[in-house]
Amino acid sequence: MSNNSQASTLTEKQSEAAGNVSTHKFLIHHRGDHVGVATSPIQKGEKVVGIYMDDNSDIVVTAKGDIPLGHKISLVNLEAGEPVLKYGVQVGLTTDRWEIGEYVHTHNIKTARW
Amino acid sequence: MSQQLFGYRRENGKVGIRNHVIILPVDDISNAACEGVARQVQGTLALPHAYGRLQYGPDLDLHFRTMIGTGSNPNVAAVVVIGIEENWAKKIADEIAKTGKPVSYFSIEGNGDLETVRAASWKAKEYVQWATELQRVPIELKELTVSIKCGESDTTTGLGSCPTVSQAVDRLVDAGATVFFGETSELTGGEHLIRDRMATPELRDQFMAIYDNYVGEIASKGVDLLGSQPTQGNIAGGLSTIEEKALGNIAKTGSKEVIGVLEPADKPENGPGLYFMDTSSAAAECITLMAAGGAVLHLFPTGQGNIIGNPIEPVVKITANPITAATMSEHIDVNVQGLLSRNISLEEAGDQLMEMICRTVNGRLTSAEALGHREFVMTKLYRSA
Repeated sequence: MSNNSQASTLTEKQSEAAGNVSTHKFLIHHRGDHVGVATSPIQKGEKVVGIYMDDNSDIVVTAKGDIPLGHKISLVNLEAGEPVLKYGVQVGLTTDRWEIGEYVHTHNIKTARW
Repeated sequence: MSQQLFGYRRENGKVGIRNHVIILPVDDISNAACEGVARQVQGTLALPHAYGRLQYGPDLDLHFRTMIGTGSNPNVAAVVVIGIEENWAKKIADEIAKTGKPVSYFSIEGNGDLETVRAASWKAKEYVQWATELQRVPIELKELTVSIKCGESDTTTGLGSCPTVSQAVDRLVDAGATVFFGETSELTGGEHLIRDRMATPELRDQFMAIYDNYVGEIASKGVDLLGSQPTQGNIAGGLSTIEEKALGNIAKTGSKEVIGVLEPADKPENGPGLYFMDTSSAAAECITLMAAGGAVLHLFPTGQGNIIGNPIEPVVKITANPITAATMSEHIDVNVQGLLSRNISLEEAGDQLMEMICRTVNGRLTSAEALGHREFVMTKLYRSA
């Protein structure tokens, strides 16, 4: 994980460090969040760069599933029944075990409200 | 804000950005007469709706408040009220008349539709010829009341279009304008964040009472909102839970403290600033209530592409979703998809929206106006007697 002070795109060096990925494919609202949001479609097996919107740092994750634009990718390993953070706030509970890079949606996260 | 703004200053000093002459039905069965007048007299606008008969208690109060507020909105130059019975038409017209704007009422009982349309058309023609000679005058940003509500949300609204609206909300409030947000049940998961922004302990209690009441009302039906919150469109767009949706929703409310908590369709009485209004999260109901509270311009972030409009309050659509921007471009006024690719900064997106706000104030028709979206939907609290 390197600190990327420029908001727009990764520098060449950072791209190399990210495994020749040219630009970010997902964004994360808040450092400490458990999920990122795909800003381009991501394919299973793809090594993708995400950028934290609060400090412009980046993270590289290998996708474990196909993730459509706007859908979520896991950034941490979690057990079933654990709280999930996005925007730095709990947005639900896991309903299954998660691994880094997994596609996250209604099949493995649910509301904590009802 | 360097661009000069021009609007219509009404008799009571309030500023509008449109100049409608509306034909307002008190009840469902007066829609036909109102539409008859609007067909006869060009430049007038009938506002048909589904209710107004045998309502009672708070539901009837809200019906009147919405009717009166709609007629009193500064985007409206003059009003013709038509109802089946004279007393309720008169009651609404009398309240609208307190703004000083021209208003007349007609009743159908004892006259029939045709005679009513004849008499009301004469008045409507007089009003529209008067109103079309009114000139826009220089106004200031602080004189505007703006409402916000998002729809067909997805994860891109939380990433892009809602934070863009947040930029505008903070700039508007800093300039001394008034802003409404609402969507009570869609705050679920982030209601504590709104509670903590209330300016006083009293407002905090008032807000939580309204929130708990709305959520309790849903629970009292023996159901939860699983299946309707998030909606199928939200889920297709990647939103998984109500909490996630709520946090995206709240991302459009800016950072200012909330200085007032309003009942549906209520007027803001605490001076300029940010207000919460208790509303449904259904777009047409929400915007109709906010317009009745006096909002003259609406900012509407969308992800999957909600196409809502309102007859008297222009609705500006903002999206950051590149698929929606490409496939539904005719509905989009401000495209901030550059936020997802990080080609533009949030501040630049805010600049784009502020520019569109100025152009809309000065007369540019929004996409919803140009496409004829006039969703006017009364909020009904419970079934009629």
